[in-house]
Amino acid sequence: MYYISKYIEIKEGCIYKNGELEMQSSTSDFSDMMKEWYKSLHLSYPKFYKMDDLCKMAFIASERLLEGETSKEIALLFSNSEASLDTDIKHQQSIQTTDAYFPSPAIFVYTLPNITIGEVSIRHQLKTESAFLVSDEYPIEEMHTYTEYLLQHKKAEKVVCAWIHKLENSYHAFFYLVENQGDLPHTKQIINKIFI
Amino acid sequence: MEALKQELKERIIDVLNLEDIEIIDIQDNDPLFGDGLGLDSIDALELIVLLDKEYGIKLADPKQGKEIFQSIETMATFVAENRTK
Repeated sequence: MYYISKYIEIKEGCIYKNGELEMQSSTSDFSDMMKEWYKSLHLSYPKFYKMDDLCKMAFIASERLLEGETSKEIALLFSNSEASLDTDIKHQQSIQTTDAYFPSPAIFVYTLPNITIGEVSIRHQLKTESAFLVSDEYPIEEMHTYTEYLLQHKKAEKVVCAWIHKLENSYHAFFYLVENQGDLPHTKQIINKIFI
Repeated sequence: MEALKQELKERIIDVLNLEDIEIIDIQDNDPLFGDGLGLDSIDALELIVLLDKEYGIKLADPKQGKEIFQSIETMATFVAENRTK
């Protein structure tokens, strides 16, 4: 049996840890909110400012979830319903007309959802199994099965499972860590219960 | 030329999202890559777009960037000599 040892949720201007309010933003603007949380965590990682919104949210959620973790054998399984569409739209706008055709390389590199996994891996020095699933709803069945496989076959010591949604003004991140110990059994029923 | 250097510093900070850096932190002869501002290869491509968009300079060979983007000084000299807008 494996367990969910901790979970983080970002929604409606707040960060919740294990269901308890941990941080609340003073702004409703997404970029300002991410910047505010980055600064309040006293981090020094200038690349954060270059990330797109999806990666910034993955970065903040991972910082809170993996705080104090020393293991480097942590697999990453992320998912959402729109891949990198939020940044794809920004890229499209920069190439919309031939008169102002200036695609930004810095935006273009984020037109893939699994870049979120790359950014978190670089930050936490993880060289582990990973996957990004695109699905209308959180793919509990696949995430649960894949996580159990990775742990049972010693492919990883721990697994970060995540739903990370960002499209225009709508956003929601839900991250949880699965490992050998914890308070919540890693079952589909429990995942359903804590995924609000 | 001084005004152009100031303008380049402002634009670089803006387009490269160098949030923790201010104009006063960038000296004219500081290396932009490596130990200087610590820019990376994506930043180099972004600077090539900046030259095109703001000054109408199209680099025929991206390798030219290595010389042009050594510092604000070299970049300003190149822009002053080649700008079309």
